[in-house]
Amino acid sequence: MTLHLPARRTRRLAPVLTYLSLIVASLVVLIPLVVVFLTSLKTSQEVADGGALSLPGNWLNFGNYATAFTDGKMLSAFGNTAFILLFSITGTVLIGSMTAYAIDRFDFRAKKPVMALFLIATLVPGVTTQVATFQVVNSFGLFNSVWAPILLYMGTDIVSIYIFLQFIRGIPVSLDEAARLDGANTLTIYWKIILPLLKPAIATVVIIKGITVYNDFYIPFLYMPSEELGTISTALFRFKGPFGAHWEHISAGTILVIVPTLLVFLFLQRYIYNGFAQGATK
Amino acid sequence: MTETTHTAPAKVPRADAPPPGTARPSSPRRGGLPRRLTPWLFLAVPLVLLVTFTYVPVANMVYYSFTDWDGVSPERNFTGLENYRQIFTRPELFRVFFVSFYYLAASVLQIAIALYFATVLSFNLRFRNLFKGILFFPYLINGVAIGFVFLYFFQDGGTLDSVLSWFGAGTDRAWLGDPETANTSLAGVSVWRYAGLNFVLFLGAIQSIPAELYEAAQLDGATRWQQFRHIIAPGIRPVIGLSVILAISGSLSVFEIPYIMTGGATGTTTFVIQTVKLAFQFNKTGLASAAAVVLLLIILLITWIQRRLVPDEKVDLV
Repeated sequence: MTLHLPARRTRRLAPVLTYLSLIVASLVVLIPLVVVFLTSLKTSQEVADGGALSLPGNWLNFGNYATAFTDGKMLSAFGNTAFILLFSITGTVLIGSMTAYAIDRFDFRAKKPVMALFLIATLVPGVTTQVATFQVVNSFGLFNSVWAPILLYMGTDIVSIYIFLQFIRGIPVSLDEAARLDGANTLTIYWKIILPLLKPAIATVVIIKGITVYNDFYIPFLYMPSEELGTISTALFRFKGPFGAHWEHISAGTILVIVPTLLVFLFLQRYIYNGFAQGATK
Repeated sequence: MTETTHTAPAKVPRADAPPPGTARPSSPRRGGLPRRLTPWLFLAVPLVLLVTFTYVPVANMVYYSFTDWDGVSPERNFTGLENYRQIFTRPELFRVFFVSFYYLAASVLQIAIALYFATVLSFNLRFRNLFKGILFFPYLINGVAIGFVFLYFFQDGGTLDSVLSWFGAGTDRAWLGDPETANTSLAGVSVWRYAGLNFVLFLGAIQSIPAELYEAAQLDGATRWQQFRHIIAPGIRPVIGLSVILAISGSLSVFEIPYIMTGGATGTTTFVIQTVKLAFQFNKTGLASAAAVVLLLIILLITWIQRRLVPDEKVDLV
């Protein structure tokens, strides 16, 4: 009996420590966010006087949000981001699925080199080539236009091609053949048979791509410096200047940007986890 | 009809092998497009985009790196290896590499934390999904928003100071204003932001390990640690390998968080911040390109080493 005692004790202690570690980690995640939320509800007087962790006097003080929304040009920022999202996601889905279809369903001589082109491109991190990419975009006259990020997001997403490729392998070729016998041409087969069957993969790509584009700072920052073209990220970044140390406004802007992500996350949790697990492991 | 070389081992009869009896007449598709061109119909746009936005820039970048181009003027003088010589001999240019070590050290911590929580949450627990959501959520937050959250967090007398004072360690300090703590603080933000991604990847990998293995291990009286050591760790080795490589290349190409939070002040300039400044503020496109080539080569080298050390698909569990 005595021999078993230490094991018993650790067995009872272990869950406590496990939960404790989880609670500590959750606090580490939540406290910085909660504090910013509290700050967004305070008046400038309260921010100046109280400590960071003090509570706002009026929990329904949404004035800072109104200021951040209008003075921070958040409406046009949400509009620009939505426009970029729509086009780059549609483009990514079409391009990714077409590439995957062509590579998986046809045998042609250049297949291996084409695959290699896409594969090698995964090894080139986007940030390293931005200086030179900038010149390419500039030479098309696309600098300072929404089309620059749209084209860049569409043209450099290799991950989505892999997701589609993996998925399309699971669709039996006999379906294509049956349709072909019925007189469907290649384009019809892609559009009417392959694309609808790719729905789960499309969901994954839309989620991953959507979050990446919504959160991206680097590309809009470099390619769309003019103020009317602000996206969520760059519009928020500009808060640094005019609002200076007005933390109640900066906090409100920050929360405005985080809330859509939070909502999407709460509604699509399961798909998001799966999407990222699939996306990152190719 | 030469498009199907018979060397290609077709596992499944492919759709483009015409059924016997309809050999010739069916080959030109409706609209007169020859069969062998069909794949290109689908590949044209993707390939044009790929070449325009990946390969042309890489080629140009290598070319610019041997010139003194300022990015604007039509004049470009070939200067040979001068730019590379500058990067490796001017200490203020080379120093930025050392900032990466802070992020590299942080990513070791990040992977360890992620591994711990992935293991813990792969067993049945109360509020499992809640914890999972909380730990993963930071990864989804906008980088600029994270920058502001932590700018406030690290302020003199801000959140961190207030929390520390609860524990009697109340030191008022500007965490980001002091070169000693600035990089550590920023690297901490990067752990906060990215640990969730590693965690979800590890969790996914752990859950794809067949449950019978755990049951068998439990019957044999294996402890949690033994289960981790002998089942989980080897089972998710490929994902750990992937995370390590992402961590290394990520540490070398940090940009957003330090740029947003400090603008590269107090010794927090990273390689990418410097490159962006060289190119877009000081118009030294040639020098910036050389720097980018160096970074690209380092990352390719690391990827290659990693592929050598941890070959893909070598999961030998059962």
